[in-house]
Amino acid sequence: MTSAVSVLQSQQLAALNATYRKAVARKRLRFTLSAAVFFAALVIAGIGAEVNLRTFFTRFYSFVSYFDRILSLENGARVWTDFAEWFWGLRKWLRLLGETILISYVGTAIGVVFAFATNFFAAENTSPASWLRFVVRRLLEFARTVPGIVFALIFVIAFGLGPMAGVLAIAIHSTGALGKQFSEIVENVDMKPVEGVRSTGASWLSCMRFAVLPQVIAGYASYALLRFEINVREASVMGFVGAGGIGQELIVAIRKFYYSDVSAILVMIVVTVFCIDIGTGWIRGRMFGKETRT
Amino acid sequence: MSRLPAPDQLELRARYPHVFDRPVSARLATPVMIVLAFGIFSFGLVDLDFSPTRLLSGLDQLGWITLMMLPPDPGSSLPLYLKALGETLSIALLGTTLAAVFALPISLLAARNIVRSNFLRFPVRRVLDSIRGVDTLIWALVWINVVGLGPFAGVLAIAVSDFGAFGKLFSEAIEAADQKQVEGIRASGGNALHEIRFGLMPQVLPVIAGQVLYFIESNTRSATIIGIVGAGGIGLQLAEQIRVLEWQKVSFLILMILVAVAAIDWISGKLRFAIIGQRAVT
Repeated sequence: MTSAVSVLQSQQLAALNATYRKAVARKRLRFTLSAAVFFAALVIAGIGAEVNLRTFFTRFYSFVSYFDRILSLENGARVWTDFAEWFWGLRKWLRLLGETILISYVGTAIGVVFAFATNFFAAENTSPASWLRFVVRRLLEFARTVPGIVFALIFVIAFGLGPMAGVLAIAIHSTGALGKQFSEIVENVDMKPVEGVRSTGASWLSCMRFAVLPQVIAGYASYALLRFEINVREASVMGFVGAGGIGQELIVAIRKFYYSDVSAILVMIVVTVFCIDIGTGWIRGRMFGKETRT
Repeated sequence: MSRLPAPDQLELRARYPHVFDRPVSARLATPVMIVLAFGIFSFGLVDLDFSPTRLLSGLDQLGWITLMMLPPDPGSSLPLYLKALGETLSIALLGTTLAAVFALPISLLAARNIVRSNFLRFPVRRVLDSIRGVDTLIWALVWINVVGLGPFAGVLAIAVSDFGAFGKLFSEAIEAADQKQVEGIRASGGNALHEIRFGLMPQVLPVIAGQVLYFIESNTRSATIIGIVGAGGIGLQLAEQIRVLEWQKVSFLILMILVAVAAIDWISGKLRFAIIGQRAVT
């Protein structure tokens, strides 16, 4: 078979090869160096986090056996052989689960309202003054960086034990997160309608209402639903610090080694999170068509 | 000036019935949804015992607490807090790395273009979903039962809960990869392993590296709170100081967290751009 590949002269080839090898060698060196730095960071982190591989390996069986234990009833039978015994507290747990969902719903709703009220000030293209934008952005950043459960810890002391602290903690965290996402949507809008409305002599408020809002409202709803999904997860642990919901019952079950209760509550939480994921996905699909589901 | 012909209302109505005569269900949908949303909201307020008096007295308390937080002051425990912060950062780094290492092979199993059979992929995906459905704090409680109190339990908790998230994200990145390069490897006689190593990985790794960096960032936040249940790091100190009402120390700790998170954000942003170039991170 004849080949049409032309072969370069040997000294030409050698020069090209040398350049190629040099380029590859530089790349390899960079890769090796960064890998070494990363590995060193890992080792330091391992010392910092008191990693003890011996305890890990000697006790690992108890991680596996933990799942074995939470899947057994007190009489030793597997949990799924006796549903009535496994879910003995179903009514109480369902009520608490309902409370959890309600906490995240009310928290998300308050968060949406505040995020809506502030996001036009935080967006680059619609903010009336740059100092205002700076202040609002820093406030939102603060609300989003401090973890929700830290707010809950403080609110439990200020507002007393109970779901109210959880709702307010979730509301603040949602305000921070949604405020940022909303303002990013606003920064992506087409500015021509705004100019059109302004050219008729409209005020800033009318510009927002008639030019920006119609473009962004669908995105807002989509992010709000997503946030609701996230908040259900968050609300399920608010009870750990006494801020209401199913977390209270779960931490008692884990701390007091009521094994089958742990698995029952976990199953209920996971199923609820699934249902909410699917439900909000369905609503989003109905509202904005399939393509916006990311 | 020419005038436009006057629109014939009847003809327009006949031509665009979906604009003029929308079905009742479509016209009612928005108001019904608003009323429903508002109804659930007010029911929630009542059911979760919100009351204006509680809100006001709580806000009053909160005002006092804020006043007592000023100025932030670590007292004599600054070295302790710095050590706790180091612990938190170590937890985030180690946990995320562990999760990424274990999630990579599993994500191949969950990707549609690697494992063709729905039958095999479905259980892997559901397991990943279940792991994600359980919060990091709950995993921390479980691991405390296994390896005892301390930061190591935190590392394992973050590793497990991120494993679920990474499995999903990585498999999506793999599904989005271009198949032509894989076909090229196959055409030159490579086996399935070669296809993955030389066809997929060069495309997928930069995306994955970006996601891992992003998670290290967000895990710094998670790692600050798992201490609340006893899994080490700065959250332990924070929860303790809140319980004993040492507000100046609390505000100092919160400040430390904010600074640390901002620093990690900045570093990982730089690294991300260095790895994936100027493309936007999604």
